[in-house]
Amino acid sequence: MKLEDLKKIREKAEKDIELRQKQARIRIVVGMGTSGIAAGAREVIRTFVDEIAKRNLSDVIVTQTGEKGLASQEPMIEVYEEGKPVVVYGNMDAEKTKRVVAEHIVNGNPVSEYVIEVR
Amino acid sequence: MNMVRSHVLISIDAGTIMAGARAVEEALVKEIASQGLAEEIAVLETGSIGITGRGVVVVVYPEGIYYAGVTPNDVPELVEEHLLKGRPLKRLMLAEAPKRYVIKREKTGLLKEQPRVVLRNSGIINPESIDEYIAAQGYEAIAKALTSMTPEEVISEVKSSGLSGRGGASFPTGLKWEFARKAPDPEKYIICNADEGEPGTFKDRLILEGDPHKLIEGMLIAGYAVGAQKGFVYIRGEYTLSTERMEKAITEAKAYGLLGAHILDSDFSFDIFIMKGAGAYVCGEETALIESLEGRRGHPRNKPPYPVTEGLWGKPTIVNNVETLANIPEIIKNGATWFKAYGTEKCPGTKVYTILGHVATPGLIETEMGTTLRDIIYEYGGGIKEGKKFKGALVGGAAGAFLGPDMLDVQMDFVNLKEYAAVLGSGAILVMNEDASIVEMLKSVLHFFKHESCGHCVPCRLGTAQLVEIVDRLAAHEGKKEDLDKLLKISKVMRDTSFCPLGQSLYLPISSALKYFKDEILSHVKQAAS
Repeated sequence: MKLEDLKKIREKAEKDIELRQKQARIRIVVGMGTSGIAAGAREVIRTFVDEIAKRNLSDVIVTQTGEKGLASQEPMIEVYEEGKPVVVYGNMDAEKTKRVVAEHIVNGNPVSEYVIEVR
Repeated sequence: MNMVRSHVLISIDAGTIMAGARAVEEALVKEIASQGLAEEIAVLETGSIGITGRGVVVVVYPEGIYYAGVTPNDVPELVEEHLLKGRPLKRLMLAEAPKRYVIKREKTGLLKEQPRVVLRNSGIINPESIDEYIAAQGYEAIAKALTSMTPEEVISEVKSSGLSGRGGASFPTGLKWEFARKAPDPEKYIICNADEGEPGTFKDRLILEGDPHKLIEGMLIAGYAVGAQKGFVYIRGEYTLSTERMEKAITEAKAYGLLGAHILDSDFSFDIFIMKGAGAYVCGEETALIESLEGRRGHPRNKPPYPVTEGLWGKPTIVNNVETLANIPEIIKNGATWFKAYGTEKCPGTKVYTILGHVATPGLIETEMGTTLRDIIYEYGGGIKEGKKFKGALVGGAAGAFLGPDMLDVQMDFVNLKEYAAVLGSGAILVMNEDASIVEMLKSVLHFFKHESCGHCVPCRLGTAQLVEIVDRLAAHEGKKEDLDKLLKISKVMRDTSFCPLGQSLYLPISSALKYFKDEILSHVKQAAS
């Protein structure tokens, strides 16, 4: 690889990410570090994928990230929506996930009981 | 993926079902199909939208228009007007859509803004995608180093940044690199010490799992600077996910030619290998780690010679902690001056801490060097749980120090902590409330050391056994008055005569516990029968 290639990859990666964010109305990011996984993040991400597939929400994507450090609130998820503040949910489980999909992702009403931060 | 241009959501809950939501839903599906829109418009069920007593509620996205009191008879008009012609049906529209994002903002300390240098990408990017790392300016620092800096210039940049080792000993990183660079042997190695074993800390794990490419980049820069060809990441055995993510990152970097021969078309070639530890606490000590890497039992070596001149297989070797290496790409990319804007004058940069114990929000934070213990506990940790009083904190893990209330306002950096400086390394802060028992804490620390002592040298082998005996006696309220002096004396002898840091470090928790909590420990001495 040459230096120009690295630049090209960066430009392409930036575009891809931007495109993905444009295509998607909502991006859900699940924290998949050890703390998150131990607290049940795998089940949460699976439930998101299932619920989204079941409802055929083609404009919602689910991705993973590492840990932020807020171990006591795991599993943590973040909901990114164009032009809106980022909503952070903590202490998630499968049942709460279903509610978040139904009420927030589909209806646009964040489930305030589970919200730990809006930024 | 089929492109749905519109979503029609129908609220299905007890109230709307009573009002005939199912019939409306059926009519919607039928009407949409008969208008030939089934491919582009999806009808979805949702839970309660939060509008009650208004009959059947339907929302059309992307416009976000709410309709209430919808009956099956309204459906053909609704579909034709709104979905086909794009004109919202005013007569059914809800005048005021429910307010969105009315959320109570709970202040959780750990989400407080933090200056993140080391953890910049952790919890933000997908750690399993090299493209995301590159999009976050990843591998730009190594590109900068390879194309516009000599190895000496890289070292001098790291030196002037003032970065010191984040593993505990706080040795200046640039200086360490310079020693290795100047060592005459042309074969050199870079080791990343990822054997994070101090009880209660997991800061390195966050970097390994959340941003593995950053570590690869840091090792590449270190390799270029000192003239090494190979690097090893020695990962704690229990860190399965870290190992998996590092392996994936290495494979990806190799596929992109960022590891291997002639990186970015330069003369620099470098490769990284992973080695898993097997759970010995002492292997976090650099020479024991090297022994273990070479395939032997993890016994520390005599120093000097230091690894920078005689390390892995007798070759000059750099052993750097994960957090130290994770600072490197940011320093090279942004320059030493940028880095020095963080932290204190003598200790620039940030520090990652694990906060645990009796705090409201345990977890991990990154904050500037020089932040006080009070700020860490009360600002970031959310204060003491259940409104109780702060008693003390065990800072630095098992080999750390008990700090009492008068240490709350001391700036935490390698200079101001003086004799307690070593505790910054692991960054574990175990907070205790008024109900915690110091003797019980000390007991658990001493038992841990007895378990981990390898038995190689006498002071540590016998010392840890003696200390455990004493502390068990105190814990059972059967202590003798001279026990306190004995604790101090034995640990002092261990500090001065033990072969390796394992035996040497026990003096710190014991002396600090006796300094701050002597009265409480004395209360465990058996009262003479009167």
